Amino acid sequence: MADKTIYLDFEEPIYKLDTKIQELKSCCDDKLAKDFNKEIANLEKKTQKLLEETYTKLTPWQKVCVARHANRPHSIDYINALIENFMPLAGDKLFGEDEAIVGGLGFFNGQAVMVIGQEKGHDLESRIRHGFGMPKPEGYRKAKRLMELANHFNIPIISLVDTAGAFPGIEGEERGQAEAIASCIMEGFKMEVPYIAVVIGEGGSGGAIALATANRILMLEHSIYSVISPEGCASILWRDGSAVKKAATALHLTAQDLHKFGVVDEIIREPLGGAHRFRDETVKHAGDVIWKHLTELKKLSPADLAKDREEKFLAMSRIA
Amino acid sequence: MNWLLDYVRPKLSVAKTEKDVPDNLWDKCPQCDAMIYGQELAKNLYVCPHCGYHMYLRPRKRFRMLFDDEEYSYLEAPKVKEDPLNFKDTKDYRSKLKSAREKTKFDDAFVAAFGKMGGHGVVIGVMNFNFIGGSMGLAVGEGIVQAAQFAVERKVPLILVTASGGARMQEGILSLMQMARTTLAVKQLKDNHLPYIAVLTNPTTGGVSASFAMLGDITIAEPDALIAFAGARVIKETIKADLPAGFQKAEYLKKHGMVDMIVNRHDLREKLITLLNLLGNTYTKGE
Ligand SMILES: [Zn+2]
Repeated sequence: MADKTIYLDFEEPIYKLDTKIQELKSCCDDKLAKDFNKEIANLEKKTQKLLEETYTKLTPWQKVCVARHANRPHSIDYINALIENFMPLAGDKLFGEDEAIVGGLGFFNGQAVMVIGQEKGHDLESRIRHGFGMPKPEGYRKAKRLMELANHFNIPIISLVDTAGAFPGIEGEERGQAEAIASCIMEGFKMEVPYIAVVIGEGGSGGAIALATANRILMLEHSIYSVISPEGCASILWRDGSAVKKAATALHLTAQDLHKFGVVDEIIREPLGGAHRFRDETVKHAGDVIWKHLTELKKLSPADLAKDREEKFLAMSRIA
Repeated sequence: MNWLLDYVRPKLSVAKTEKDVPDNLWDKCPQCDAMIYGQELAKNLYVCPHCGYHMYLRPRKRFRMLFDDEEYSYLEAPKVKEDPLNFKDTKDYRSKLKSAREKTKFDDAFVAAFGKMGGHGVVIGVMNFNFIGGSMGLAVGEGIVQAAQFAVERKVPLILVTASGGARMQEGILSLMQMARTTLAVKQLKDNHLPYIAVLTNPTTGGVSASFAMLGDITIAEPDALIAFAGARVIKETIKADLPAGFQKAEYLKKHGMVDMIVNRHDLREKLITLLNLLGNTYTKGE
């Protein structure tokens, strides 16, 4: 895991304060250190205020940057923190194993669950291994297989969405990326077990919705979910790849927008300063919210769970 | 599972005998560059008589080509929230919609009709590529949902003829949700053991290919149709290498096991009727 904080462009003032605090803290002269303590406390207060000012009014584009932040907790972090006896399951049993999707069985607060998450990796080696979190058809077919398995044994499903999108490449097209995504969407609707999708970072288009035809759709406060990346939208509609800020605003891709549209059921609060600063706290709180929804859904009958999902999606985007 | 209860039944309106603009112009074949006289092209179902290239066929012509005696009734277009994001790029989305409506004389990029094929009642839905690239937003999604519901109610098969550049990005996340909603639409046919046949025409890409288009009980493609998830340009930029010949064309998809058959437009009606005869001629279990 990366220890060094990575600062985003718009966090420069915070970076400057943090650096100064570090400098003062690293002073080894005891006498001086005493004087510095007050100064440090002051600066820390300032940082806190700055974080509050920045993070309570992030622009859509800033949210895109936060959602993609390298230090943000990924699927594996959620699994490690929330799931006991996690048994990873590999392969689509058709073609291969795609580690862009991590999945398996484990205990969540004592309840067996199937976790299916998109994993981006945290350093170059693991990013390559996880295909940068962009699943190939075998990844989606593995997800579909795990859903079927969970349904067969009456085990709830938790999906963790975090992808820039499905992998765009020759092999992906040859092996039916479109069909694999479509079948995954369909499979979600067939489930007669509780199915909860959590957008933890980036919800990129078809590659994301493949794992999100769930009973409950939750989003982290600074995560995004969009039909197209702001970069793609900017280059197509503005014919200018640098119009990303305008595109991010126009697309209405924040958790808050989606909640307003009725696409998302609940926004999972992030500590002030974002999930990437307070990883453990974020994951723990997300776990509590997921558990609350799971507890509610467990009361529904198998048939009602499928019906609940269908009705939810049918009502979505209809005129009220 | 009965969600038909809260559904607004689309009214049927009989298609008037529609006079088209006389095809007395010359068209150029995009593949072989031959100049073809409009009337000749229309008679040949917009297939180039020289090289066999399948040009885009507008919805009305598609309906007339497929339904018995060119008779059919339109399913009323669903009412949906217009421009839900109040979207503006260099131009505002509302004005794009307006000019698309003027140009195509259709409300949006999907239109469905009910009629008979080889005597079988059938609902056919056609995507209108001339309407903002056949892109799928609320109107297309809801149109497909209602067409499927209508087919289930009448206990008839559904045929969807696709032509789309993908999701209608001006409708943001709500356009993405149509991938789920159209999947749910065709699931109703499956749950009721009614055939759903997808006819993929040039081009069928993005969110449309990655949802209902690839979920047909039978998947037919027109010759040479581009059928893709990711755009060739995006792939080329990602892998920084040339793409194989015929990449993402119907024949390539068939070779890789993604479509059942490639059918020339001249044979399409006959093939579909045969399929409907076969799928409708089920035996009664245990007899
Ligand atoms: Zn030609």
